[in-house]
Formats: sequence, structure tokens, C-alpha cells
Amino acid sequence: MTISKLVLIELWKRKTQLISGLLAITLGIAVIVAIQSVAIVSEQNVARNLDNLGANILVLPQGASIDDYYTSDIDAPTLPMDYVERILTSTIAGVDNMSPKLTRRIKVGNQSVVLTGILPKSEIASKPLWQSSGLVGAELKAACAQTQSANQSHGLEDEKLQRKAIDTLYSEDCLAGSQVAKRLMLTSNGRINIMGKEFSVVKILPETGTVDDDRIFANLQDVQKLLKLENQVSAIEIMGCCNAISEGLLGQLRNILPDTRVTTIGQIVSTQIETNQLMKKVTLVMLVIIFFVGGISIGNYIWANVNERKKEIGILRMMGAERSTIYKMFLLKALILGIAGGILGYLLGTVAGVVLGPYLAGIVVKPVYVYLLWSIILSVAISLAGSLFPTYLAAKFDPHSNLQEN
Amino acid sequence: MILQGEKILKQYHHNRGFINALDHVSFTVQKGDFVTVTGPSGSGKSTLLLAIFGLIRLTSGNIIFDGKRIDNISDRRLTDIRKKSVGYILQSFALIPYLTTIQNVMIPLALEKIPRKEQYQRAEKILDYVGLSDRIKHLPRELSAGQQQRVAIARSIVHQPQIIMADEPTGNLDPTLSLEILEFLKKINRENKITIIMVTHSPVAADFGTMKLHLNEGKIVNS
Repeated sequence: MTISKLVLIELWKRKTQLISGLLAITLGIAVIVAIQSVAIVSEQNVARNLDNLGANILVLPQGASIDDYYTSDIDAPTLPMDYVERILTSTIAGVDNMSPKLTRRIKVGNQSVVLTGILPKSEIASKPLWQSSGLVGAELKAACAQTQSANQSHGLEDEKLQRKAIDTLYSEDCLAGSQVAKRLMLTSNGRINIMGKEFSVVKILPETGTVDDDRIFANLQDVQKLLKLENQVSAIEIMGCCNAISEGLLGQLRNILPDTRVTTIGQIVSTQIETNQLMKKVTLVMLVIIFFVGGISIGNYIWANVNERKKEIGILRMMGAERSTIYKMFLLKALILGIAGGILGYLLGTVAGVVLGPYLAGIVVKPVYVYLLWSIILSVAISLAGSLFPTYLAAKFDPHSNLQEN
Repeated sequence: MILQGEKILKQYHHNRGFINALDHVSFTVQKGDFVTVTGPSGSGKSTLLLAIFGLIRLTSGNIIFDGKRIDNISDRRLTDIRKKSVGYILQSFALIPYLTTIQNVMIPLALEKIPRKEQYQRAEKILDYVGLSDRIKHLPRELSAGQQQRVAIARSIVHQPQIIMADEPTGNLDPTLSLEILEFLKKINRENKITIIMVTHSPVAADFGTMKLHLNEGKIVNS
């Protein structure tokens, strides 16, 4: 016989009480696990949808303004192409995709159009709307998404397809935005003369509702040659992880690109950050509620158990059990309840998330195994916190007051 | 001498005054004595029993056990003395309801952290001594009142205490069973030289004592 065995026997012999004690904490943990399992997938979906809005950081030449970037004036300042490599070779985390581009307003016939030189792979990758139209780009990493699997629905896993996309935009090929195509009456596989060079229109891009609808896109090196701005770009568009942005990505970029202007496309970034923060706040609020409700429930259960076992506590104290033995008896019980509640809560919450996720939130939820560990830790913490005060009172009982009840 | 009480005073606050539950009680108990403590209800018998080993703290007075003062020592040391040197038997048997007979008897040994195998062997031997070797796996509710009290007696002697404190051990038993239990306590007292202090209402039980204390209103009126 040991005190641990005494606790186990008591738990086993009073199964009904054990179940009622477990119920509160199990349900509490199950709710958190279910919410978190659904939330993590929702967060990935939201992040991916926000990524569809495009790049969220702009690197511009020192003297350039956002207006310069959009109007693409003929004398707008440029920055060296080497800066792309400088970012690539740095150890900065959170840069998911880069798109250097050179943009100038030019004349095609008597029409004013914006010619934009792009690196196809990265450009297409940063324009998910283009990808959905059949153009396949480089692998897109959803900014702020928590797992690599966030991009799987884009169908970009095939590396050969990605290479093909790079190869398809030859030096004489170009892409035309929907509005400019209408104005110039361009068609797919049609031809266009740009600054004395013949280009083949390989694709009319779908309407995006952005300035891109009014642009013609060609290979960056071709545009640099045509505009006589070799190794120069107007801007580097970056798709940065919004968490990294809020943790100082802009400052890090400014440090390695001192003579540039690094700015965010505020609306996108703030939406991303706000969404993520909202998710975290909701989870935190739930966590606090569960902690208090679960803790009070367990505390109530242990207190009822202490009262029921007053005589037993008195007998043990009479026979020479120290206060620490009484602490051990009840806290060990709380620990066992915590572990069992954590495991059962994880299983119940995961099943609820997996089964109800598709019906309630329209998303496919998969078990998140690391939550098992967190469920146990949380459940044990709640259980012990809730049991401390009743256990303290149990250990403080005068043995004789309980014995006199005999 | 194994136990000595000197001018033991225990006062309780009641309304605007004090009540003396024990009023300067003095006594001396020799090793191997069978002491019976009698007196009417409220005379202080149970208070004396609980006060001797610190389950109730004294207002004043000294208690000496095995040559050492124990009325002024810490709770921790008193707990240790109760664990190693004292066995308790109560009127209501005070068995833990969800433990089997042998598990109940093993508790004092578990508190002393004696290895499990030895606990089992010693408990088995004691249960055989009290005539319950065929009931070791039974729960208390599956035993008769007399058997339950014998389990309580086995639990009180399994750790070989120097002294047994018994509070109305026959209070819940019929006359036949009472005599059986009293004879058994006498046997333990004689064979094991364990000192017994027994509180009782019963004159028959009091006659088993080799030393008799009679309390009235907290004072020893006859010994």
C-alpha cells in the first residue's frame, strides 16, 4: 500500500464521481481543441485569400513616391537589380516572394500604355489571379499561413510545370492586361509592335480591377534593353509574411537596402495582421474562460471530495499522516484527472473538429497532434490550480474535529 | 513510567466565559498498564484521550511520554510520535470504506514507508492473530461489526506501537461482542506488553482495567 495506490483505488472505487469530475475538464479541453483545430485551418484559408490581394511590401528608389510607382513616369527614379540578390542572400526571414519590375509609360501607336518588365516566374507567382486563369507560376507561399500545405489547392506542386512557365515567356512574348487589350484590340496569339520590336501576345490576362489591367507585361531583360535601363528596376514588390512584418521585417530590409524606400501596402498588411490578431484574441478569450470555468469545476469537485472524506482525512492524520501526505493525496488525484481530461478532451475535440468542421465552417479539419501535448499541459494546469485551495483546506483540518464526528 | 500528565488544563471559550474540559488533571501510567477512563458524558474523557498525543492542544500542563515532554513540541514531531508509537481504536471502527481488510491494516505501515511486501506479510500475520485471515480481501461493509472492530484493532497494533488509545471501542457492539473485544484487548495487553488507555461508559469494560481513572467535570475524582 502506498499513498499513490490509495488514490488510484479511491478513484476506481468511486467511478461515478470520477466521471463527473472528468466531464467538466474534458469538455473544456474538447472545446478549445475543436476551436483551435478549426481556427488553424480557417487562419490558413484567410491567409491564402489575403495573399490573393498580391504583394504587401514595396521597395522603391530613395526619391520615389507611391504615385511614381503607379503613374510610371518616364523620368521616375530606378534602383539597381542587384538589390534583389542582396535580399535573396540575406538571412532575413519572412520574405515569401519577390517580384522586381521595371515600369514605364510608352506609346503604342497613338495609345499611351504602361509597359512593365517582369521576371515571369516570380511575377506570376505573386499574382494568384493570373495563376487561376491557366498561367502557372512559381510556388506561392501564402503569407502568414502556418503550414506548407496552405498552397496545395493551387496545384503548384509540379516543379516541371513551374519551369515550363518560365520558359514560356520568351523574349518576344508578352502578356496584355484586359483593358489595354481592348483599347489596342489585341487577341491571344496576336502581335504587337513595342518601341520597334515585334512581340507575340501569348495571353490576354483576366480582369483584376487593378492597374495591371492597363499594362503590357514583357520579360524584364527585354524591357530593360528597350528602355535602355539595363540592370535597373522601378520597384521590387515583396510578398512578406505579415507576422514577420509586424516583427520588424521592414526595418531589416531597410538595413540591407539603405538607399531605398521600403514601405508596406498598408491596407493589405493591416488586414492580414488584424485578422491574425483577431483569431489569437478569440482563442485567448476562450482559453481564459475555460481556465476559470474548468478550474472552478475541478475545485468544486475536489472540495466535495474533501468534505466527503473528512473522516478519512481525520483517521489518516490520527494515525500519523503528515499534512504533505494529504496534499499528495488530493493533488495526485487532480494530476490524474488532469492527464485523463487532457487526453479525452483532445480526442473529443479533434473528433468534433474533424466531423463538424466541414458542416459548420465548410473546411476540412485534420488532427493536430501537437495539441495532445498542449491539452494535457493545459488540463493538468487547470486541474492543479483548481484543486490547490480545497487541498490546502483539507490539510489544515484539525484531526480531532473530524474524529469527533465519528 | 511510559506516560505522565501533570496539571493538564484544557479550556474552551464559551459565550463570555471559559469551560474547563480538563481541569488540572494529573496521572501516571506505567508500561503495560491497562487504564480505563470512565465518567459521565461531557466529563472530559475523550478530550483527555485526544489531548495526550496532540490531537487537541492543551491550555496548560505537561505531558511526558517515554521520558520526553511532548506537550510543547511541533505538530510534525507529534505526528511522527503518533505514526510510530501510538495506535488508535475508535467507537465507529474508522475503517476506510473503499479499502479491503488487509489494505486498511497496511495503512500505518504505508505511512512509515515500509516496503510493500513486508507491509503485506505483517498485515496478513496480524489479521491471522485477530482471527480474520479468511477475510483479508473483504471490504468493511462486507464484515460484521465485531469483525470490523477486530480489523481496527489489527490496524492499531500492526506497527507495534507502545501504546493504544481506545475511545469507546465497544460502544457500537452488543454485550457478547463487547466482551469478545475486551478479552482481545486484554490479550494484546498481556502478550505484547502494549499499554492501553481505554475510554468507556461501560462499568463492565472498566473492570478490565488494571488502573482506573474516573473523571467528572474535567477532574479526576477517583483513581
